[in-house]
Amino acid sequence: MAKYIVLRLVTAVAVLIGVSIVTFLLLHIIASSPGAAALGQQATPQAIAAYNKANGYDDPLQVQYVHYLGNLLHGNLGYSYKLNQSVNALIAENAPRTLYLTGVSLVLSILISIPIGMYQAVRRNTIGDYAATAGSFTLYSMPSFFLGLLLIQAFALSLHVFPAEASQSTSVIGVILDPRGMILPIVTFTAVNVAGFSRYMRSSTIDNLAQEYVRTAKAKGLSERQVLWRHLLKNSSLPLITLIGLSIPRLLAGNLLIETLFNYPGLGLLFYNALGNEDYNVLLAYILIGAVLTVLGNLIADIAVAAVDPRVRVT
Amino acid sequence: MTQRQNSGPLAAAPGAAPSARERAPEALADRDQPHARRGWLLALRTFTESKLGTVGVAILLFFVLFSFAGPLVYHSDQTQGNLLGTDLPPGAGHPLGTDASGYDELGRLMLGGQASLEIGLFAALIAICIGVLYGAIAGMTGGILDGLMMRFVDILLSIPFLLVVLLLATKYRANILSLSLIIGFFSWLVPARLVRGEVLTLRARDFVHASRMLGASDLHTVVRHLIPNAISVVVVNLTFQVADAIIAIAFLGFLGLGLPFPHTDWGDMLANAETYLTDGYWWLVYPVGISLILVVMACNFIGDAWRDALDVRLRER
Repeated sequence: MAKYIVLRLVTAVAVLIGVSIVTFLLLHIIASSPGAAALGQQATPQAIAAYNKANGYDDPLQVQYVHYLGNLLHGNLGYSYKLNQSVNALIAENAPRTLYLTGVSLVLSILISIPIGMYQAVRRNTIGDYAATAGSFTLYSMPSFFLGLLLIQAFALSLHVFPAEASQSTSVIGVILDPRGMILPIVTFTAVNVAGFSRYMRSSTIDNLAQEYVRTAKAKGLSERQVLWRHLLKNSSLPLITLIGLSIPRLLAGNLLIETLFNYPGLGLLFYNALGNEDYNVLLAYILIGAVLTVLGNLIADIAVAAVDPRVRVT
Repeated sequence: MTQRQNSGPLAAAPGAAPSARERAPEALADRDQPHARRGWLLALRTFTESKLGTVGVAILLFFVLFSFAGPLVYHSDQTQGNLLGTDLPPGAGHPLGTDASGYDELGRLMLGGQASLEIGLFAALIAICIGVLYGAIAGMTGGILDGLMMRFVDILLSIPFLLVVLLLATKYRANILSLSLIIGFFSWLVPARLVRGEVLTLRARDFVHASRMLGASDLHTVVRHLIPNAISVVVVNLTFQVADAIIAIAFLGFLGLGLPFPHTDWGDMLANAETYLTDGYWWLVYPVGISLILVVMACNFIGDAWRDALDVRLRER
């Protein structure tokens, strides 16, 4: 087990280095002259060249990469010339609100999708399964912004129950204390995730139901309930751990749409506004953070799966 | 069941589209057909027995016809909007009303459907072709090369692809080909992983060992055992890829980074939906939204039905 963790850690570090190379190249291809961005449109070519030289932006690519990696290792994500703030400060300011929205939605979606998926698999091809399938198919096929729009139309514009805009409070505590404003974004985000997770859970449980251990468990006289709780729950939800680790990029994209739609000042909205400003340092920093989160998520998921399932450690 | 020989050249062509005749149950009893092909026919029969799968095919066919053949029947001016007739509600001359630039909404829906369907299919095909090759090579070679290839996939999979697509879309002008390439190039990772995983498990299965021990060559093993068994994963994934690509292009269009005006796609048409809803222009929101959902849902239905049809363990007969 310890050997597996060490091996997995080493590959995670290798992947992270790869990620940093890819983001560096992306930044280089898209914004090759930081001087032009820093000095603004009126700057003369001479001034831009001088700035690039003074800051090492005309060095060979590999030297620039080492410089970039050095900055990253010191936790320096660059500077937003458009907002005149360091990217670190911007991220630190917006991250807690995004964490709250995403975290609450993720936990809710897991808690909801496991029972739904298992129920559907066990009661396969009954009315309940069909109803849940219809619901999850519709939600899954719906772009999250469209679901958000429908909810805004129904609950904000028609019924006036919840505001159409998310909480605008600057502190997380303020956001938590304003649950009315957060219900629509959280419900939208959760519903989209539940659709995907419960479908996965259903097929994973169906796969497991066809396995021989289920037959063995039934043959040795366990009741259906015991088979469900003792064997099926653990084995079927195992792939869900991996799925969650893998779906972090998708979560980030969903978060971006929902924050944009509900005008919720988090990292997604920061990214969206940076797209309009062509603020590449912010864009690349967020992509990098997303990638690091994904690597960590996969690492934790793999270790968790290996801890529970000894068969995985062999590979 | 009766025996029936497929003697006509059309019926024997492996790439021929499944006609109603081929789907007839008696064709399944044809024992002279190669093993893999009989499996496919059986799968096809299970597929046609699945109601959702059939409904999915019907919906998809409807929207393909609607988008591509529709403009031949229903003529509307999609090059110049009528600025004197913007945001008209559905009525005479405009069954679905007009949009904010005075374009006929029904015609626009067809035009947007073409872009969304084309990009969805192109992107999925690109993703599947790259993914299958990459995954099969990694899975078959194994060892260090496999490790390196899969770490590369890990690197790209870790980078949130929609965010990168957005980033690239701010810099480069979008057209159908560029959007398909961008989406396809970032979507081959999952099929590559699936195919590699499938090849790895299949390689370790007893029937492959048996075939090897009986003296089968690598090529024979790949062609007769690995591909027929791994292809089901690919087929299922292809339909899901189409669905995902259509959602991805809707996402880009919604954020204003889709096809440039006057071209359009369904996401682009929804971009101002929030304003339309507050103004009460429901015809600019619901027809597009529902079309989008139905097409994506149809692809998912088809994928699920294929998955059930091709999974031998779940097959009852």
